[in-house]
Amino acid sequence: MASFNITINGRKSTVEADPDTPILWVLRDSLGLTGTKFGCGASLCGACTIHVDGKAVRSCVTPISDAGDKKITTIEGLSANRSHPLQQAWVAEDVPQCGYCQSGMIMTAAALLAEKPKPTDEDIDAVLGTHICRCGTYQRIRQAVHRAAKGGAR
Amino acid sequence: MSAVTKVSRRDFLAIVPTAGAGLLLGVRLGGDAVAAEAAGSNPAGAAPGTAGAAATFAPNAFLQIDTRGDVTIWASKSEMGQGVRTALPMIVADELDADWSRVRVEQAWVDAKFGDQDTGGSGSIRTKFEPMRKAGATARAMFVAAAAKSWSVPPSACRAEKGRVIHIPSGRGIPYGDLAVRAAAQPVPQNVLLKDPRDFKIIGKTLPRTDTPSKVDGSAVYGIDVKVPGMLYAAVSRCPVFGGRMKSFEGTKAKASPGVKAVVPISNGVAVVADSTWHAFKGREALTVEWNEGPGAAESTESCARQMADLAGKPGRPVRTEGDAAAALAKAAKKLEAVYELPFQAHATMEPQNATAFVQKDRCEVWAPFQTPSWALEDIARASGLPQSAITLRITHLGGGFGRRINPDYAVEAVEISKAVGAPVKTTWTRTEDLQHDFYRPASRHSMAGGLNAAGKPVSWHHRIVSTAIQTFYDPDAKNPEEGETGGADDVPYAIPNMRVEYAAAKSVVPRGYWRSVENSFNAFAVECFVDEMAAAAFQDPCRYRLDLLAGDRKVRSAGGHLVLETARLRACIELAAEKAGWGTPLPKGRGRGIAAHFSYRSYCAQVAEVSVDGSGNLKVHRVVSAVDCGRAVNPGIIAAQMEGGVVFGLTSCLKSGITIDKGRVTQTNFDDYEMLRIDEMPQVETHIVPSSEPPTGVGEPGVPVVAPSVFNAIFAATGKRIRRLPLQAGDLAGTS
Repeated sequence: MASFNITINGRKSTVEADPDTPILWVLRDSLGLTGTKFGCGASLCGACTIHVDGKAVRSCVTPISDAGDKKITTIEGLSANRSHPLQQAWVAEDVPQCGYCQSGMIMTAAALLAEKPKPTDEDIDAVLGTHICRCGTYQRIRQAVHRAAKGGAR
Repeated sequence: MSAVTKVSRRDFLAIVPTAGAGLLLGVRLGGDAVAAEAAGSNPAGAAPGTAGAAATFAPNAFLQIDTRGDVTIWASKSEMGQGVRTALPMIVADELDADWSRVRVEQAWVDAKFGDQDTGGSGSIRTKFEPMRKAGATARAMFVAAAAKSWSVPPSACRAEKGRVIHIPSGRGIPYGDLAVRAAAQPVPQNVLLKDPRDFKIIGKTLPRTDTPSKVDGSAVYGIDVKVPGMLYAAVSRCPVFGGRMKSFEGTKAKASPGVKAVVPISNGVAVVADSTWHAFKGREALTVEWNEGPGAAESTESCARQMADLAGKPGRPVRTEGDAAAALAKAAKKLEAVYELPFQAHATMEPQNATAFVQKDRCEVWAPFQTPSWALEDIARASGLPQSAITLRITHLGGGFGRRINPDYAVEAVEISKAVGAPVKTTWTRTEDLQHDFYRPASRHSMAGGLNAAGKPVSWHHRIVSTAIQTFYDPDAKNPEEGETGGADDVPYAIPNMRVEYAAAKSVVPRGYWRSVENSFNAFAVECFVDEMAAAAFQDPCRYRLDLLAGDRKVRSAGGHLVLETARLRACIELAAEKAGWGTPLPKGRGRGIAAHFSYRSYCAQVAEVSVDGSGNLKVHRVVSAVDCGRAVNPGIIAAQMEGGVVFGLTSCLKSGITIDKGRVTQTNFDDYEMLRIDEMPQVETHIVPSSEPPTGVGEPGVPVVAPSVFNAIFAATGKRIRRLPLQAGDLAGTS
């Protein structure tokens, strides 16, 4: 076990973990931030996506030892009161069904919008094409990303 | 259904004042849903409250209105994405004349008071529609009575609207919150009138889902998110070969692994218990288990296919016989034969299996994404050694269900481990475990033979189904293994004078279970593709061909007799889907349209798929148009979402994935070899709902069975090639365009 000083959602904390522990499990088991989900453990589905210094990262395959002094953002820290345009757009389009994959979808879409404020369908497919939604909400996800690009709310 | 329905006194159990806080209403139903199921002949026409005298009384809905006017409605079914936490409360709220913005929805805990809480068979809205209406209407009547009394006016001079009672002549009103205590003191009304459906204000509207906000900020709690004080984390090593058992294990290294607290054998393997999920996973890697693989190790996909081919060569058990299919075939002007094959399929819920259990000396509590609490309760009682009355089940959000979580195996494991270590334990499965230890959609083989007369009309239909029956997994000697395997094949509605449908069960060591739309998912593929082949052999338009064969208002009864298909309703769906999809209009070169129609879960669905195949044999599905008749639409937006989801689920199974078996174990390990459809492959999906005042029927499953046949019929239209084995393989379409 080792000590890691990490910054998550703007707050500094110290966690004890084996250096090879994926950030996912530190978030979920140690810090109680369960909005980030475990789906495949192999970077194949995207349910565990978080931001590390603003970039979308798969937390299931990223060890805590890589966190260093980088800033980590999870779905819980994306906005206060679901005010991010994507969260508002997700509500407006009633995107989620079971909802399990949606944190990861939103985090990847947020990183996309930060880079490309007006993404095309191809831009969306390029980044969200590595995610999986078993319920099949893809059509609404695409609509919601476009809506968010225009401001978000209903 | 009569427009206004009376509710009799025996439907209501109790009005419980809630510690001065307002009105808590328990409603029990005279079992109309159960009675309708059993009566079969005319369930749609049975008036609620008039049937089911024999059914047990149990309250099945709770609603509370507090003195602030806030309404709490407990959803008695599991939310797995299908929208029950929105649609069920909408039904209550409408009859209650509640202010929807004041309605809060809670997941009901598992309690006989809520009636049947098992969630499956696309039945939540169908079976709870009337009880939920009664719950709301009863409370509304009591508010009206309380207000009328306080004004000293007759109740008939009052009406309810948006959370208040209004005195009609004077226009004055009292909010429900102010009336709550007085309403609770009112006698239980003896004859509550349900609304005329024309007066519905909430039912029929696309209201936003109540659970969406919690699903966009990470706050929705799924089973895998549960944490209870003192909880340990477990990972289980199970025999990779189905039916195998643990012979011995060496846990010294695992015990020495960081954070590991215990290594305990359980009935289906060995559990490593640690202080975190990661430590449990790592500890399991250090565990050595020797398995007695048993006879299952001899099974493979090939051996299963050979067995099914052998069975298909012999007559099966007849499940439908009309006329003489063999004689008619012999005399037919044109004969067709085809074999369709479909593999095992895994559910692959995005949330892997998990459960948290705390077994104590005299009680047991389990938090899990349960789909079927009644089954879980039985198995947990057995595993814990405690009576059911000592067991509390907490239903979390489900990160997908699709039938997987009907089986409570994941919860039983957690119970065994908690019992062994004497602490609360959460088990978390990896994706590999989830894919390799599922209860799979049965593999099946369909031998079809058909005969056409000189005019191209079908005169003979012979469908021999062989599948690894679900029933024989639980009981190898099951007397009627065909039950649950022939739906959608035994009630083929096309007017064909000579029909024979037979069934034979294949043996397999692979566990079988209920996979979204169950046997409809394979039978519809065989039936709807073969009808298409007949139309092509007759040189007729496949849409027109189907409509002609559905002419007249006939009723077709399923083999069990409990489902009745009305040809007029299926025809209307086909016509609507065809119209909206532009059936018959020109398409760019290389594109084709395919159609399919199917009746399942008492709903009717038709679908038109539009596809193209490029020069390299790559398929693209451009558009899928669905028409669905699911009776009265409670929330059209949720229905559309379920149809969209059904399309993706269906496309995944016919284009992307299949489970294969080698040496008695599943070959697939994760989403790289059991692939899912992704957003870049998502077609444009449109859903059209047939307006209806019939009782609501299923929507979770009926969108799935039509996908594979509509897509593969479209492939034929685009390329002239029939592909009869799912899923699509690389090379299947090479050189077709």
